[in-house]
Amino acid sequence: MIRLPRSGTAAAVVVIVVLTGLLAGVLAPANPLAQDTAHRLEAPGARFLLGSDNFGRDVLSRVLHGTRTALAVGVGGVAAGALVGAAVGLAGAYRGGWFDLAVQRVVDALLGFPLLALAVVVIVSLGVSVAAVTAAIALALAPQAARIARASALTVRSAGYVASAITIGASPVRVLLRHVLPHSLGPVLVYATGFVATALATEAALSYLGLGAPPPTPSWGGMLQEGREHLEVAPWLTLAPAGALAVTAAAFAFLGDALGARERR
Amino acid sequence: MTYGYLARRLALIVPTALLASLIVFAVMRLLPGDVAATILSGGGETTHTPEVREALRTELGLDEPLPVQYGHWLWAMLNGSFGGDALIDGQPIRGQLARQAPVTALLTLYALALTLLVWLPLGVVAGWQRGRWPDHLARLAVLPGIAAPSFLLALLALLSLLLLLGWSPPIVYAGPLEDPWRHTLMVVIPAALLSWEYGAHVLRVARAAVAEALAQPYVLTAVAKGLPERRVVLGHAFRNALLPVLTTLGVQFGALLGGALILESIFGLPGLGRGLVEAALVRDYPVVQSLVTLLVAAVLLVNLALDVAYARLDPRVSFADTPQAVAA
Repeated sequence: MIRLPRSGTAAAVVVIVVLTGLLAGVLAPANPLAQDTAHRLEAPGARFLLGSDNFGRDVLSRVLHGTRTALAVGVGGVAAGALVGAAVGLAGAYRGGWFDLAVQRVVDALLGFPLLALAVVVIVSLGVSVAAVTAAIALALAPQAARIARASALTVRSAGYVASAITIGASPVRVLLRHVLPHSLGPVLVYATGFVATALATEAALSYLGLGAPPPTPSWGGMLQEGREHLEVAPWLTLAPAGALAVTAAAFAFLGDALGARERR
Repeated sequence: MTYGYLARRLALIVPTALLASLIVFAVMRLLPGDVAATILSGGGETTHTPEVREALRTELGLDEPLPVQYGHWLWAMLNGSFGGDALIDGQPIRGQLARQAPVTALLTLYALALTLLVWLPLGVVAGWQRGRWPDHLARLAVLPGIAAPSFLLALLALLSLLLLLGWSPPIVYAGPLEDPWRHTLMVVIPAALLSWEYGAHVLRVARAAVAEALAQPYVLTAVAKGLPERRVVLGHAFRNALLPVLTTLGVQFGALLGGALILESIFGLPGLGRGLVEAALVRDYPVVQSLVTLLVAAVLLVNLALDVAYARLDPRVSFADTPQAVAA
């Protein structure tokens, strides 16, 4: 496989991004919602480090606060999807029979959905909101997590230590929680880490299309949409959120890649 | 390849497609929120009487039992009207599909062609010349495709074209036969960006597969009996490397289609992506339901086609399906 930057660099960037999201209120030089119509579309400078948007809002503060939206949707949705998917996949592998069969068929059907199409269905049903996007991300990841968890649970189930545990009289629940779960969770976590990049891109795309975080919530996708309208006069409106999204998505993608490479070794 | 294999794959795709349509229907109907109420409030009417809502429910057939509603919709999907009429303007969805589907299909097809003509050969060369300059070059070339979503690449491409060349793509779409030049100008950039992301996956897999195949004993045999290197790479290593490449093409196809839907909106192409987003913004649920179901059907069909190609390329797949092979 192609060698990518060390997992350390990617992990460091992820930590920085998470801290930025947590400390956005402290780090941001201005209120991300405060409008200053006397200083619209101002170029980066002393007053606005990364320029101002069409409402005279500080772009830097909006990018910093947008980190919160991105992480809430990206990490929150991925965590929910991984958890539900892994639980269903494990239950399927463990119970087998018609339950497993039914789960696998639903997983097959869900895997046929392009992510954006699935998200649109959920958003139309729930209404345009950050919560709907988070739910859509979770629903997109869940079938993939279920498939991965099921596959690794099936491998672990035939391992010697599981047979030993059953032999010494461990209860099925104990075997599942103490032996099968810890060993089959690794691949799910690795996949979920990489999927955060996809989730961030999807959130931004949906917000760009007007189906994500509703304005004036600061979100990178929403900012990119505003920037598209003023591409010629105010390129900073596009460059600032684009840079934030690119760096964050790449960090999660590379981290997932590095974790996967370590696991395969 | 046996016909039994093909028949079995076809038989599997039908329940999967039905289940997908059921999921779309269920998510749209079972999740909280009354479709009639959301339509009324979405149209700007903040106050509406329960009577108005009930009238709309009856008009839309929402007061019927859910299985009956599903049956009606499924029949409308299958009888050639593709789900009936749009809610907002009452136009048949079939007409919208006839206008929008070709745009999306062409965009996806161009991206696929670019992937097969540019990224796949590059991956083969990278695997063959592993560790040498073509390999490094290929790895560098795919990096943005791996790291950045195509939607972001699209905005940055538009921005750089505008700032460096002062050029932006045409605004009004033209079909390939109407105005080939304008069509190319408008579609070539999104197609190239789409293939960057899709092709990055293909290149990585092709590179790894060719490198692995070149280390196999049969390649050593081919070299030992005096075949020229080119024939060894193309005839032996490449042919075997094609199998994982086909798998990747299928696995990533949904992402390619999803990317096409987004890029359409950025480049102003009047395809299914625009139709889907416009319908979603006004909560035109029959349109969303039909378009999403058809997109899933497209993904399933492409994967079926790739499975068939896989079985053609790898005799073991179809043989494993015959009773003799199972008994053996």
